[in-house]
Amino acid sequence: MKIALFATCIVDAMYPSVARATVQILERLGHEVVFPAGQACCGQMHTNSGYFDAARKVAENHVHAFEAVEYDVAVAPSGSCVASVRHQHRMLAERAGDTDLAERADAVGATTYELTQLLVDVLGVTNAAEQLGSYFPHTITYHPSCHGMRLLRLGDRQLDLLKTVGGIDVVELPDADQCCGFGGTFSMKNSQVSTAMLEDKAASIRSTGASLCSGGDASCLMHIGGGLSRAGDAAGTLHLAEILASTIDSPAPAPAATDTTTGATR
Amino acid sequence: MSTTFMGMPAVRDTAGHGNLHASEPFPQAATRELGNAQLRSNLRHATHTIRDKRLKVVGELDDWEALRDAGAATKNAAMANLPALLEEFEKNFTARGGVVHWARDAEEANRIVTDLVRQTGSDEVVKVKSMATQEIGLNEHLESEGIAAFETDLAELIVQLGEDKPSHILVPAIHKNRTEVKDIFLRQMPQVDPDLTDNPPELAMAARAHLRKKFLSAQVAISGANFALADTGTLGVVESEGNGRMCLTLPDTLITVMGIEKVLPTAQDLEVFMQLLPRSSTGERMNPYTSVWTGVTEGDGPKNMHIVLIDNGRTNALADQYGRTALNCIRCSACMNVCPVYERTGGHAYGSTYPGPIGAILSPLMTGIEAEDNGSLPYASSLCGACYDACPVKINIPDILVHLRGEDVAAQHQQRKLPSEMDLLMKGAEIALSSGKVLNLMEKALPVGRLAAGRQKKIKKLPGKLAGAWTSSRDIPAPPAQSFRDWWKKEGRG
Repeated sequence: MKIALFATCIVDAMYPSVARATVQILERLGHEVVFPAGQACCGQMHTNSGYFDAARKVAENHVHAFEAVEYDVAVAPSGSCVASVRHQHRMLAERAGDTDLAERADAVGATTYELTQLLVDVLGVTNAAEQLGSYFPHTITYHPSCHGMRLLRLGDRQLDLLKTVGGIDVVELPDADQCCGFGGTFSMKNSQVSTAMLEDKAASIRSTGASLCSGGDASCLMHIGGGLSRAGDAAGTLHLAEILASTIDSPAPAPAATDTTTGATR
Repeated sequence: MSTTFMGMPAVRDTAGHGNLHASEPFPQAATRELGNAQLRSNLRHATHTIRDKRLKVVGELDDWEALRDAGAATKNAAMANLPALLEEFEKNFTARGGVVHWARDAEEANRIVTDLVRQTGSDEVVKVKSMATQEIGLNEHLESEGIAAFETDLAELIVQLGEDKPSHILVPAIHKNRTEVKDIFLRQMPQVDPDLTDNPPELAMAARAHLRKKFLSAQVAISGANFALADTGTLGVVESEGNGRMCLTLPDTLITVMGIEKVLPTAQDLEVFMQLLPRSSTGERMNPYTSVWTGVTEGDGPKNMHIVLIDNGRTNALADQYGRTALNCIRCSACMNVCPVYERTGGHAYGSTYPGPIGAILSPLMTGIEAEDNGSLPYASSLCGACYDACPVKINIPDILVHLRGEDVAAQHQQRKLPSEMDLLMKGAEIALSSGKVLNLMEKALPVGRLAAGRQKKIKKLPGKLAGAWTSSRDIPAPPAQSFRDWWKKEGRG
C-alpha cells in the first residue's frame, strides 16, 4: 500500500523521531511511505482559537498538498490533527461558502487515519511484538488524548497495541479519561486552570510508579512532559509510535535517559 | 430638556439582560477561585460523586443513545416550530383558566411578576427553585419593591441565607460543605437549635422546620417549569424534595416564570425527557417528585394561575445558525459535572446564572458576544469534549464554543485598531503553516532554539504574556537539530 505521511507541524518541527518511527513501522510492514512536501499543518490551532480565515488558508494548503500526490491512505501520529482534518476542514470551507473546498476536504479526510486506527483497522496489526517486532522492556502508563478518545472514538486501540509490545509492562493510569489541560491556546489563555488540570494528571502518573507516560498525541505529551519536567519528576513522556518502532536491535531511548527532543538514538 | 417625538418608536434591543453577564474576564475570575482550596476539594468530591452515579444509571439503559437522539430530534423540531407551539400553548393554558404574560426581557418579566404579587395584597412569596427567576434576578427585584421571596429548595435556601450566589444549576450550594451550611443555619435561622451539628439529616430537619411555617402562611408561590406542553396547556416541575409540590398546591396564586424554549408539542414527549433528565442530572432512575398541572380547578389548588413567558435573548440565540441548539438544554447540569474546567473553578467564575460548558455558550448567545466580559467565556474550555458526550440532548458544545470564539475574534477586530498579542501570534503561525516551503525555511532556525534551551535541553521561560504563561508551569523541550522534512530530504527520499 502507498501511504502518505501527514507528519503534523508539531511532530515535524519538534518531535521528528515520532515521524521517523511512524515511517519505520509502516515500512516494516512492507508498505511504501510518501511525504507530500507541500504539507504544513491541519489548522487546528487557528480554528480552535477562532481565527477562521487563517485556519481556512492552512486547511486549504493541507488539502492541496495531499491532492498533489498519489496514495492509498494517509496517516498521522496524532488523533487531534486527524480529528481536525476530518471534522473541521468542512466547517471552515462552508463558513467561507466554498463548497468545492468542502468536498475536496471531505475526500482527503475520508482517507486520513490516526496511526493506530490505520494499524488495527486497515493493516490488521493486533500484536506489536509479533507483527512489528516491537520490544520495549519498561514500565509505562498511558494517557488517551481527548480528541482520539471522543472525536475519533479510538477506543482501546492504542492501549491494546501498547500492551502487545514485547517486554513491556503497562500500568493503568487513574482518571485516564480526564483531559491533561493542554487544549492548544487554552493552556495560554487560561494558563492557571490548565496548570491545575496538569497537576492532577501529573499526580496520577506519579501514583502509577511508571517511568514514562505514553500516548498518541505529541502536543498532549509535550504539555504533560513539560509539567513533569518542571516539577522535577523522574518520569517522562514518549509517543506510542516510538515504542511500537522500538526493537531489541534498535531500542527506543530508555525512560530515565529519554530525550524526546532529539530522537538522536536512532 | 424636552424631546420631540419624530414618529418612529425606538426598537428595543433584543439581547438578554439580568444575571447573564460575566463582570470580569473568565481567566481572572478563575484564577481567584482556583486559590480557594476548600472550594476545589468540595467541588471535586461533589462532581465526582454525581458523575459516577450518572454513569451507573445511564449504563443500565440499552437504548440510551437512541433516547439522546430522540431528545435532540424533539427539541430541534420544537425550536423550528416555536412560534406555533407557543401560540398553541397560550390558547390551551388560557382555555383552562390560566393567564399568559409575555416578557421580552428580564426587566419586563420582573415588572409583570411584581404587579401580579401586588394585586394579591401579599408582601411575601414562596419560591420553587427556578433557573429562569435566577436569570432575571427576580428575588433581588422583589426585595427592592418591598416583597420578600423565600427559597424553599434546600440548596437554594442555603445560598439565600448565606447571602451568596448559586454556583451550579442543579446543586446551587455545591461549593459549600456541611460545616459551612451548619454555620449559615445557626446564623440565619431565628429558632434553630443552638446545638445543631453538621449531620445532614439534622440540617435537613432544621430547614424543614424553618420552611413549614412559610408553606402554611404563603398566599403566593412563584415557580419555574421544566417543561410546558402545547397540546394541553400543561406545566411541569421535576424535583427531589417535595418543597416544590408544597408551593404548587398550597397558595392561592401561582405564578410560573419560564423561558420560551421549554415548550414541547405533546404529553407523549415526556416519555423521552423523563428518562433523560433524572438520569443526567441527579443520577437517579426517576426523581422523587414530578408535578404536572393543567389550569385552575374549583376547590383544589391555586385559584389564580399565571405564566410569564420570557424571551430575554432566546430569539437571538435561535437566530444563530451554529449556536441555536444550545436552546435544547434541559438544565440537567451533566455537562458541568464532567467538565474539568468547572471542576476546578466552580460556577462563580463564569459570572452568569448559567455556569460550566453550557453557560459558556448560552450566556454569550443570549447577551451577544460583545456584552461585558462574556467574550472570554467561550475560551473557558480545553475542548476535551466530555460535555458533548454527557449531554442528554446531544448539544455539540465544543463546536459551538469554537463558533463563538470566531464571533469573539470578529468582534474584537471590529473594535480594536491595533492587533493583540494573539493576533500577531496567529498571523505569524498562519504564514508559517500555510505552506510547506515556508515551514521548511522556519525550521532552519530550530538550532537557535537548541542554543536557547542550554545544556539542560529545556526552555524554561518564553517572552510575551501568552507564551510566558505557558512556561509559568511547564518546560518546553529543546527543539531537535533537524526537522523531519529536512531529514527526509537528506535521506534522499523526496
